[in-house]
Amino acid sequence: MNEKTDTPLIEFSDVTKRFGILTVLDQFSFSVAKGEKVTLIGPSGSGKSTVLRILMTLEPFQEGRLTLDGMSYHEPGVGGRFQASEKHLRQIRNHVGMVFQSFNLFPHMTVLRNIVEAPIRVLGMARAEAEARAIELLQMVGLADKKDHYPVQLSGGQQQRVAIARAMAMRPRVLLFDEPTSALDPQLVGEVLSVIRDLAHEHDLTMLLVTHEMRFAREVSDRVCFFDKGRICEQGAPEAILGAPKNERTREFLSSILS
Amino acid sequence: MMYGYEWDTTTWLTYTISILPIILIGLTVTLKAAAAGFAIALVLGLVFALLRRSQVKLISWTTAFIVEFLRDTPLLVQLFFLYYVLPNFGIVMPAFLTGALALGLQYAAYTSEVYRGGIEAVHHGQWEAATALNLTRLQTYRDIVIPQAVPRIVPAMGNYLVAMIKETPVLSVITVLEMMGLANMIGERTFEYLVPLTLVGLIFLLLTLICSAGLHRLQKALPKAGIPLR
Repeated sequence: MNEKTDTPLIEFSDVTKRFGILTVLDQFSFSVAKGEKVTLIGPSGSGKSTVLRILMTLEPFQEGRLTLDGMSYHEPGVGGRFQASEKHLRQIRNHVGMVFQSFNLFPHMTVLRNIVEAPIRVLGMARAEAEARAIELLQMVGLADKKDHYPVQLSGGQQQRVAIARAMAMRPRVLLFDEPTSALDPQLVGEVLSVIRDLAHEHDLTMLLVTHEMRFAREVSDRVCFFDKGRICEQGAPEAILGAPKNERTREFLSSILS
Repeated sequence: MMYGYEWDTTTWLTYTISILPIILIGLTVTLKAAAAGFAIALVLGLVFALLRRSQVKLISWTTAFIVEFLRDTPLLVQLFFLYYVLPNFGIVMPAFLTGALALGLQYAAYTSEVYRGGIEAVHHGQWEAATALNLTRLQTYRDIVIPQAVPRIVPAMGNYLVAMIKETPVLSVITVLEMMGLANMIGERTFEYLVPLTLVGLIFLLLTLICSAGLHRLQKALPKAGIPLR
């Protein structure tokens, strides 16, 4: 995994995140190289989704330092020590996209409009160009014929594929997947995973994936990280972690999820 | 006689016919006041709701105080204050403008709560998706949240419209000659109150029935998922 580049694209150093008295991430350090595909696994409440949500600026954190391509998530001199202005956060968000467990498509907009909305409003793209690109992305996820449908008319798997196309339309450098198949009926999981698999072939795209699909994790990721109690207990190549885990907790978790 | 119309009180029918033109003049004032008041309430209510959700505590608390104040004081007191007290401070407004403004302010306080409820009912995942797509807060409200809130707030807004129409007679206390005020004046001069007041009551009933039917249709016509504003 380290052969891709020397300086990490994403770097958490001693990040602590608390919800009230509950510490979700405890002096958390973690880095991801450009183009790397990393899968985060672990029991619920272990902090893996929080890592993604912090990266997407959906959650603030209380201590430590986080950088994306050298840009700090905190702005010196703004408010308290661990704050940043909306303007600063928007610069960071320009590089990050996210796919949610519950899809979160905009229900009052057609599929096409869902995809072109942000490129037009945020990137200032011309409508014709945005639509042409949206059609390309819909072809990539196999839903070009659904462009004028509303989300409610689509299956969960189709909605999630549209959500992936929508995230890709903003040309993110980092794409975060927060349990993208957990809300789906089992027979719809495959179609979403196959779209993510295609994206994983994009050399420059950095991907962080939280999932319980272990076979899939093994297939697409360069590295698997096992989370427990706000820390990474064990990480390494997927064959090593999923095939022959050294850590007791990892073994327990894997046997519980596979049984 | 009023506005050049003679009144014939021999039978209830001739009386009704002879006062109808005057009552209809009053009706136009009633309708204008309700329309202006409701327009103010719709716009200002949204402004109140958004300010109240501001992340700046000073702004949200100040707005909350103003909204509570407007809701918790009688419209009559507000009307008197605006019309008879403000001139002492050099602010003089025509009666109609004062009336429309007072109605609009009080109902803005009510509608702001409707907006707030509608906005808060939009799933937080929508906010997160909008943030992940880097939409600004303003764009998120305008393009994502408010369009989804609209179908949810229409029924409650409709109730307030009907309530406001029925409350317009209170404007007669600051000399706005709307329907009810005129009916009362006619009664004072002829000593026959039954016909003018019944007529006004029936017209109000007709008005609110039409409004309710219209709102019902609007509610059915709106897509439940929301309407893109642009």
